[in-house]
Amino acid sequence: MSVSSSSHHSDHSYILNSPGAMASRQRSSLRGTSSLSPVAPDQQYLSISVTDPVKLGMGVQAYISYRVTTKTNMEDYRGVEKMVIRRYSDFAWLHERLSEKYKGIFIPPLPEKSAVEKFRFSAEFIEVRRRALDVFLHRIASHPQLRFSEDLRNFLQADEEIWAMERARSQEGTLFKKKPSDFMQIFKDVQSKVSDVVLGKEKPLEESNPDYEKLKHYILELEEHLGESQKQAFRVVKRHRELGQALSEFGRAVKSLGDCEGGSLGKAFSGLGGRSEFLSYKLQNQAQDLLMNFEEPLKEYMRTVQSIKVVMGDRAQAFRQQQELSEATKLKEINLEKLRLVRPDRVAEAEIELREMRVQCDEATRRFEEIVKRMQKELVRFQEDKTHDLGLAFHDFAEGQAQLANDTADAWRTLLPDLESWSQVAENNGI
Amino acid sequence: MMSFEGRGSLDSVNLDRQDYDYRSAMSGITLSGETHPLALSEEDLSSNEYEVHDDTYVHTQDNSSRNNTGVEIAVEPPSYADAVFTPYMGGREDMQETVGSSGPLSSRNGFLEYVTITVTDPQKEQENTASLVPGGNTYFTYLIITHTNLPEYGTNNSSVRRRFRDVVALADRLAEVFRGYFIPPRPDKSVVESQVMHKQEFIDQRRLSLEKYLRRLANHPDLRKSKELKFFLQCQGRFPLTASIDMSSRMLDGAAQLPRQLFGQSSVALPPQEISQPAKGGRDLVRLFKEMKQSFTNDWGSAKPLAFEEDKEFIEKKGKLQDLEHELNEASLQAESLVQAQLEDGEVMGELGLALIKLAKFEIEEALVSAQKVHALDARRIATAAVKASRFYREANAQSVKHLDHLHDYLSMMQAAHAAFSDRSNALLTLQTLLADLSSMNSRVEKLSAASSKVFGGDKSRNRRIEELKESVKITEEACELAQKEYDQIKARNRTEFQRFNSERQRDFFHMLKGFIHTQVGYAEKIAHVWKKVAEEARESLSKSPESYTTRSVAIS
Repeated sequence: MSVSSSSHHSDHSYILNSPGAMASRQRSSLRGTSSLSPVAPDQQYLSISVTDPVKLGMGVQAYISYRVTTKTNMEDYRGVEKMVIRRYSDFAWLHERLSEKYKGIFIPPLPEKSAVEKFRFSAEFIEVRRRALDVFLHRIASHPQLRFSEDLRNFLQADEEIWAMERARSQEGTLFKKKPSDFMQIFKDVQSKVSDVVLGKEKPLEESNPDYEKLKHYILELEEHLGESQKQAFRVVKRHRELGQALSEFGRAVKSLGDCEGGSLGKAFSGLGGRSEFLSYKLQNQAQDLLMNFEEPLKEYMRTVQSIKVVMGDRAQAFRQQQELSEATKLKEINLEKLRLVRPDRVAEAEIELREMRVQCDEATRRFEEIVKRMQKELVRFQEDKTHDLGLAFHDFAEGQAQLANDTADAWRTLLPDLESWSQVAENNGI
Repeated sequence: MMSFEGRGSLDSVNLDRQDYDYRSAMSGITLSGETHPLALSEEDLSSNEYEVHDDTYVHTQDNSSRNNTGVEIAVEPPSYADAVFTPYMGGREDMQETVGSSGPLSSRNGFLEYVTITVTDPQKEQENTASLVPGGNTYFTYLIITHTNLPEYGTNNSSVRRRFRDVVALADRLAEVFRGYFIPPRPDKSVVESQVMHKQEFIDQRRLSLEKYLRRLANHPDLRKSKELKFFLQCQGRFPLTASIDMSSRMLDGAAQLPRQLFGQSSVALPPQEISQPAKGGRDLVRLFKEMKQSFTNDWGSAKPLAFEEDKEFIEKKGKLQDLEHELNEASLQAESLVQAQLEDGEVMGELGLALIKLAKFEIEEALVSAQKVHALDARRIATAAVKASRFYREANAQSVKHLDHLHDYLSMMQAAHAAFSDRSNALLTLQTLLADLSSMNSRVEKLSAASSKVFGGDKSRNRRIEELKESVKITEEACELAQKEYDQIKARNRTEFQRFNSERQRDFFHMLKGFIHTQVGYAEKIAHVWKKVAEEARESLSKSPESYTTRSVAIS
């Protein structure tokens, strides 16, 4: 499939649909709209878009609501197409639920919760956020496990009243907290082998897996580089805009000067002014392009790296739990042997406890191993996505700059012949 | 000097070979030696002109007026010579960049006569005179080197040391002597800046501005041959001229010349020292007061003054010039911010490039799969392109600054125009005052005569007074004539200078526009080329890459 190198990213720009998906979409639209029957895996599609931001409410309580439109032929969905209205906190809810249920998976990141900008609600802020939410849902929909989430289904389908109930219900059981301590833990993991003083054990409650160590270093360093690049990219956007502004004002002043000079020189100045204004416009466009198609993708991957760190924290926690339970089980075993000798009457009880403990320990081990396994797959996926997405972003960046430079050269060049003839006229008039 | 790579379209971009043509309106004011001791003399004009035929522009108007013989103090617009010189450039490159060229404005002043000035080597020196502060006053001197082939200068090369105070003196003297000319303004005294700025930076800036100023003087067809400038450039040791104090003295001195000319020294070239003495003493002050009174009468009195600004054309031109100044000011400001914005834009692009290089390098090192490596290599190339582009932006900006400087230059020349117009109004005021004086004297004579005639046998004291008055009247009449001549002279100079100013400005602005746009085109093409290359390479990798269009939205891995 050939690459269409456009610098305009549609909502689903990062990953294109295959021809197969297109065809099946058409087919399934002919089916009935009530419960969908199972569809072959390679013909399933789940296409979500976030559009039409609308400001609602007043003053401090103002918020933005978004239209979330789903088109799917997946089973368990109640229809081919569905539209609901959601706001940022709803997305945040979904994110939390997924983080709870799918340990080990890199949950696609949300745009930042910004307390300050929210009040200003500039058009740009809203658009940037909308896109980020769109990408968020798209990534979930493309994820082999997450796309089957029930919470996702509810998010996409539940009508307003049901949705309100659903959220209220889950609020009670929410275990949400990104504990600062988790991040601190990661820090410790990376820097040194910390022995758990509380338990008084010498054994470090941390994996001693060299590959995993390498990975952690990689992630942290990647975060740094991405962060720096994103910051600089944003500065370029800003300066482009300022330059655009300066060009526009320069153009205006020069045109005015031309009017005053009059004659051929006046025309020449007008020409200069007009070109400046034109280039100002081009530059503003390029700045916008750069923001959406280069800076935002970088930012998005920054956030993704954050979510990887969360998973790393989960993994460390699961590891610790497993270690602790394993220790506890061993202790119980030792105890049991002792009891057999000393207090036979307690043996039965102790055996039951031991059995329960063993179950928990196995459970913890299972959880830990699942996280490890998932992480493995996720990393491969992450690298592939990153390679592709950033590759595209870089290409578009270069393409955009090339275009801008070309437009600039062309605009100025076309002025030259006129300039020549005007200066000739002035010469001949011999002023 | 721009260096373009071998892009075809850039071959035509060549700043040097433009047909720079310097049409100098030689101020054909060939004055009789009488009125202005330091003006161009006839012989100056005829001996120094060379005409070089250029392919395109050969244009000599009015040959006859060039060799003006008579005294042509025209009251009407004089037919000034419009001798055309074409630059003898030889193999010279972009004149603006040439060190020591005759000036940033109309730098094609090359012809066959040239005055090339360089200001270098600032040095700290001590004031010799005893001062209250121990250690004395220190000041900086600059070495000023002149190369010229103008006969007036006698020698081809000179080098002197001057301090800023000398430059101020020179400027003030020129202002007194060359009334009505558009004299390039001197650099500011900038007391504040000298405190705020780093000493070295300030000295550098001053050196540069002095050089610019002197070159502009050398560029002016009349000023370059002035005795004052010659003195300044050639006389070793202390600069003999002392500065006039202030503007009002200047005006006074202007008025002061007349009585001196009147009373015995009229046809002798005044030694420069005399002119520089600030007005003092009785008669000059009286003159000042009279002129002020006249000016008041002009503004508020009911009677029309006996001479007034008739030239509607002049009033129009003046108005236009004011408009132009306003627009030029605005454009100059915006040009400054444009340049600043361009600079910053280029800088952040470079910093982005550096950050991206680090990211790309990191990814190359850590790449596990070959596809990753390929994209990371692309990324590094693109990042490198950003750094390259940033350098080009910087270069382009430096060039743009030089071009757009013309705006600032002409804005400062507006000052010169204002001064020239002031000279005119001052001269008019002097004339008006003298005429009023004359008129009142005459009426006194009449009254006295009438009164005296009534007395039988003549009124001895009155008659004596009448005789004295008649003497004064005669002298005042002479003064009026001179004042009229001076005024007419200044008007004529205004006119030619205005003309010259306009044509030079036009020429320079076209030069500026061409230069600026050529620079923009050249660099934009270079930058586009750099980006295009890496964009293409990236596009190729993307299309080859197997994962590029994995259907994540469908496949369940």
